[in-house]
Amino acid sequence: MNGQPFRTAAGGRINRAKPLVFTFNGRIYQGFEGDTLASALLANGVHLVGRSFKYHRPRGILSAGAEEPNALVQVETGARTEPNLRATQIELHEGLTASSQNCWPSVAFDVSAVNGWFSRLIPAGFYYKTFMWPSKWWKAYEHVIRRAAGLGIAPSEPDPDHYEHRFDHADVLVIGGGPTGLMAALAAGRAGARVTVAEERTEWGGALLAGNETIKGKPAADWVGGVVAELSTMKEVMMLSRTTAAAYYDHNMVVLAERVTDHQTSSDLNLPRQRLWQVRANQVVLATGAIERPLVFTNNDRPGVMLASAARAYANQYGVRAGRQAVVFTNNNSAYRAALDLSAAGIDIETVIDVRNEVSPVLLDGLKEAGIGCLTGSVVVGVHGTKRVSSVDVMAFDTTTARPEGKPRRVQCDLLCVSGGWNPTVHLFSQSRGKIRYDDTLAAFVPDVSFQNERSAGTCNGAFQLAACLREGAEAGTEAAVQAGFKCGTAPEPPTVGDELPTALQPLWDVPPPSKFRGKRFVDLQNDVTAPDVALAHCEGYRSVEHLKRYTTLGMGTDQGRISNVNGLAIMAGLRGVAIPTVGTTTFRPPYTPITLGAITGTERGQHFTPIRRSAMYDWHVKAGARFVPAGLWLRAQVYERPGESLMQAIGREAKSVRETVGMVDVSPLGKIDIQGRNAAEFLNRVYINDFKKLPIGRVRYGVMLREDGIVFDDGTTTHIAENHFMMTTTTANAGPVMQHLEYYAHVVWPELDVHLVSVTEEWAGMALAGPASRKLLEAVTDDIDVSNEACPFMAFRTGTIAGAPARLFRISFSGELAYEINVPADYGMDVWQWIMNAGAPLGISPYGTEAMSILRIEKGHVVSGEINGRTTAGDLGFGSMLSTTKDYIGRHSLTRPALNDDGRKQLVGLIPDDGRTAVPRGAQIVANPKRVAPNPMLGEVTSSCYSPNLRHPIALAIVADGRRHHGETLHAVSPVTDEAVKVRVTDPVFIDPEKERLRG
Amino acid sequence: MLLINCPWCGERTQSEFAYVGDANVVRPDPDTVSDQEWINYIYIRSNPKGVHDELWQHIAGCRCFVKVRRDTVSHEIIGTAAPAGKIDGREA
Amino acid sequence: MTRYSIFSLARNAFNNHRDWPAAWRSPEPKAEYDVIIIGGGGHGLATAFYLAEEHGVTNVAVLEKGWLGGGNTGRNTTIVRSNYLLEGNAHFYEKSMKLWETMSQELNFNVMMSHRGVLNLAHSDPQVDAFQRRGNAMRLNGIDAEYLDRNEIQRLVPLLDCSDNTRYPIMGGLLQPRGGTARHDAVAWGYARGADARGVDIIQNCEVTGIKRDDGRVTGVETTRGAIKAKKVGIAVAGHTTQLCQMAGVDVPIESHVLQAMVSEPIKPCLNTVVTSGAAHCYISQSDKGELVFGGDLDGYNSFAQRGNFPIIEHVVASVCALFPAFSRLRLMRTWGGVVDMSMDGSPIIAKTPVDGLYLNGGWCYGGFKATPGSGWVFAHTIAGDRPHALNECFSLERFATGCVLDEKGAGPVPGAH
Repeated sequence: MNGQPFRTAAGGRINRAKPLVFTFNGRIYQGFEGDTLASALLANGVHLVGRSFKYHRPRGILSAGAEEPNALVQVETGARTEPNLRATQIELHEGLTASSQNCWPSVAFDVSAVNGWFSRLIPAGFYYKTFMWPSKWWKAYEHVIRRAAGLGIAPSEPDPDHYEHRFDHADVLVIGGGPTGLMAALAAGRAGARVTVAEERTEWGGALLAGNETIKGKPAADWVGGVVAELSTMKEVMMLSRTTAAAYYDHNMVVLAERVTDHQTSSDLNLPRQRLWQVRANQVVLATGAIERPLVFTNNDRPGVMLASAARAYANQYGVRAGRQAVVFTNNNSAYRAALDLSAAGIDIETVIDVRNEVSPVLLDGLKEAGIGCLTGSVVVGVHGTKRVSSVDVMAFDTTTARPEGKPRRVQCDLLCVSGGWNPTVHLFSQSRGKIRYDDTLAAFVPDVSFQNERSAGTCNGAFQLAACLREGAEAGTEAAVQAGFKCGTAPEPPTVGDELPTALQPLWDVPPPSKFRGKRFVDLQNDVTAPDVALAHCEGYRSVEHLKRYTTLGMGTDQGRISNVNGLAIMAGLRGVAIPTVGTTTFRPPYTPITLGAITGTERGQHFTPIRRSAMYDWHVKAGARFVPAGLWLRAQVYERPGESLMQAIGREAKSVRETVGMVDVSPLGKIDIQGRNAAEFLNRVYINDFKKLPIGRVRYGVMLREDGIVFDDGTTTHIAENHFMMTTTTANAGPVMQHLEYYAHVVWPELDVHLVSVTEEWAGMALAGPASRKLLEAVTDDIDVSNEACPFMAFRTGTIAGAPARLFRISFSGELAYEINVPADYGMDVWQWIMNAGAPLGISPYGTEAMSILRIEKGHVVSGEINGRTTAGDLGFGSMLSTTKDYIGRHSLTRPALNDDGRKQLVGLIPDDGRTAVPRGAQIVANPKRVAPNPMLGEVTSSCYSPNLRHPIALAIVADGRRHHGETLHAVSPVTDEAVKVRVTDPVFIDPEKERLRG
Repeated sequence: MLLINCPWCGERTQSEFAYVGDANVVRPDPDTVSDQEWINYIYIRSNPKGVHDELWQHIAGCRCFVKVRRDTVSHEIIGTAAPAGKIDGREA
Repeated sequence: MTRYSIFSLARNAFNNHRDWPAAWRSPEPKAEYDVIIIGGGGHGLATAFYLAEEHGVTNVAVLEKGWLGGGNTGRNTTIVRSNYLLEGNAHFYEKSMKLWETMSQELNFNVMMSHRGVLNLAHSDPQVDAFQRRGNAMRLNGIDAEYLDRNEIQRLVPLLDCSDNTRYPIMGGLLQPRGGTARHDAVAWGYARGADARGVDIIQNCEVTGIKRDDGRVTGVETTRGAIKAKKVGIAVAGHTTQLCQMAGVDVPIESHVLQAMVSEPIKPCLNTVVTSGAAHCYISQSDKGELVFGGDLDGYNSFAQRGNFPIIEHVVASVCALFPAFSRLRLMRTWGGVVDMSMDGSPIIAKTPVDGLYLNGGWCYGGFKATPGSGWVFAHTIAGDRPHALNECFSLERFATGCVLDEKGAGPVPGAH
């Protein structure tokens, strides 16, 4: 630890009373509260912080904000490690640990820097031209390429932190908390609007923090403090700092990412690490500022080359001298402010190099006063020094040839501040579908035509003077409030500001090197794209701006080209001999800066990824030791294992108990739809393939419904409860889709029918009581329902009291046994279930799960999703005789299509292993000859398979080409992926009680 | 995220709705329809690049169907109505 | 055509790569061509390439309204696979897979086809059955497929959460080892360079505004750069198929929807397999540059905007974090959308149309990229011989009327459901 040799003696917005200790690349340093990692490193004289993507060139800190392409670091270790963070945005906190990325063994000595020696062999897109021979080696080549690529390292443990989502409805959303944004918020807030203000940085004030401007004759910070204080008193104003507006979507929906605890040493576990806001704004004010452009010249990537505005921010905001001796290289006026401020901070400014021949006397006088020299009509042609700038070469610049002229002059320095002009931050504006235009005076793209309810103000709108920013902010805030319906007079008068420099600029896109001058001129620093790479793309025909980007990777790094894109496309425009707007820009794609995946996920993680649906009897199943299985959102009891039993034994026992005594299964997840109305019967008649008009009250009917294309959609029972009142059941998986299907026909297709639909799945707890002893048990738990075969025959419906609860009783059977389905209001479910289980104990009742239920239905040849797979017809599944010939129904007209009546269609059959022992693989395909080499024609597929404990041999259902005509024949069920093959005999799909005596008994 | 004006509930966010599709689809009379018309009914949808009349269902709200006139490029919503209702403004 | 190799790179290094020839010419359109392909994406360019290479038809123009590969070729998640259940799909995509295996050499352009394996995760018993059923069908059709249990999956993809402590525990998975990813832009560029070298005119910034017909036969196209005559016209403009077909009065069972894709910031290699999950609705891989590339469902409503909406991003990202809890601290760097043709049965249309001399290639739904070489190959065959190849007979327009639809998912005639 040392004394921060590059810290100024006083000044800055850091808290010198609160030193913080941090570690970078294993060394311990000290900084202050209010520092970023970048400013703290610079205060300690550390410039070399990273290595570049491709050539592994040493890189330093270029900027002081979100645009940083170079200074990317990995912070922390273990489960909380995070790669690719910009050192310029990391708030310093006690104990912060950070390290350089993409270098080995160290940032100072990186073996991969040898890539630089071969750089002539590996220009942009070189990989498209090589690594093709011999073709077998590509895998090895790729392995090396992949390891070389990438930046930081992903964590390998689950994220221990949590995140949350918030939703906000704002009259006015102001994006940016600089002078423009604050002024806009003040104007809208005073008008009474509900205002949300989002600022990316910790502190309010934006560019004012980095400058030394005065407002109302006082330091600008005083004004900022006053405005923030006033806004904080407004009840309808919400101020969000550390919050990046990341994406602008349709209908004024803006996504904000707030960093809640990232800047804290130890996280408060009650707080989320980050919070994602979705703000629906009536009106938006964009006050997003601007980003300075670097210049393109030889070795412009060396540590110590820094944006002039960044060097100024480090001096003014952080009290850090980014070097001892500086040269300022510019094509515009803004860098003169930086030169003066750096000089005032004690940095020795060797000279200002300005490419312009004519520079405003005001600027030159200012420099003279500070004792700073200026070389106009000159450029920096190159930088010396590898891990830090040691000197620069300066030459005169001939504007007619656009080339440097004469003899280079060497100037010693350890800091080169560059300014190539400013790009208004139009990202969000462009995401909102606003159209941008190229402004020749600013040599930058600015907002042109808005599409949504937003307006840009201040620097992001091309207004670079503070007075103009304040005025535009006040006007934008007022206009937004008025548009949002608030009455207010004129915009508040913006405060007066101190003297300002005029803005003026001469575009300079590339400084070609003098002949025999070695080195690289970087356009995109992060992805190592050079000016010659742009030229290569041009000569090979990759001239569209999108081809340029994709071929050279220009602008595809984590900075998304924030500072490189305009330089790149201007160079391409020059090569093509067209104007910059002709080349155009690539699309500004969300997000503005990367958002943490965890923040986007919010609380939908782990077990909460989707909601869990549980039946009313869930707790009973848990206590009974059930194993659960997810069925869509539901958790269903799969099997109730007893101690000492294997899974298969338990399933077999449950299935046998139903056929031999009695069992009960929780069928609550079955879809239940209440259907009422004068035309309810007519409606059902149009929905199902079979007749429902003549279904008497008190009767249940099995129905099959098709999609309009004639394919089976779903099946289930529908009960005529009372006059004009039915209840339909659907399969669990299709409960939602069937409801939507019915609603569509009821509301849109046949609005003339009086029919009303309500999903009542959750209102009723459902349990199926099945087995020869089920009637006896039912008699024991009901007083008022006559359950005799005569009074309550197969497919009857009765109401009454069961186990003390009001109940609906359906005599239906999925298992093929004598069975009843009981529905009680869900709140009674648990009691009723328990009551019946207790009452059934003397009879040997067993609860059974979905596995046993599946065995029972396979034994009966009942179809489920494996058979109703979205490609099978009613005929395929053996429902052909149900198709009504006397009415229309959904899908009927499609049934005449030839392919739906082909002879070779796959039909439902049963399968029994020829040896009577070997299980039929559940995912098997059916072939005639298992030994045939591929392609081996498939005759069908197994759709369900199980061991039948009642038949004591395996059985399966399958759909097989023309299967009904092949009963008795042998085929082969083969499963190459599980290395199984079984010779099977084709049978009828109903294995047990085809005469249906059991269920009618 | 779109903001859809349900004629019964008012402006609600897109996540409350399910998209249904082309609002111009009319189920033909099954007794008089030709095979080609029937196939078109099942498979052919208007798919304009621009103004589109479409149905959404307010699935997490009143469950009614809403006819929405929306630009398929800009996602601007020109108007909404009941399925059989009329929408003023830019025509499809 | 200058051959690309390490030697040509070395040769050109001496003059600082200033003398590389353009990868393709930028010719003015001629007055007439034997064949015009509308659409300069991967499919259109591959079609032109194979017309020249396989059928000797070289008087061909590819008309692109913007820049080559600017549609879905440059907007997808670059996944290549042939893991289909239904026969028609299986054989077609397998042909495509075989072409992928030799594409870099055939085109002398490294498309970085990376056979790193495509793994479909099963989260329930029915999904296990369905994947085994599909894997078995693949194997019987001569396509590579392996079923992996949970332990094997954990070994293959170490960062995947294979524990029981998830909402949808992983029960197994179907791996196609030859599946993988390729560099999407390079596919368009490689085919463009190859087609150009064989005499095909590639014309960018040339939008077709009309299809001219005479007596039920195509005679040419109107474009923003004037009328061009042609004996045959092939449409390969997925996303805008309806618009082009309408110019010729052809109805197609297609809707246009937006499908989003996204990438994380680049990180060192940590995922060596393409992983897809039916229950979690996402697919994810890591690019050679180090970015995690992922996508999921459609935005859900008709759209011609090449940008997406936030609810789907939320859902896809939540899915990624559910599968890979360690990725939660990584950051989403870029998102975008592509306009895809959603056909009514989820399978493509590569066929003749009711208009003589007009051919259609579209309806690619989510999966057009992997089909690029096979699609170009059979479409070239269909155009050159005026009849489909055996591999694309099943992709006719008539299948909807006959009922021979290829509904891999069984989702029915709902565009967007496939």
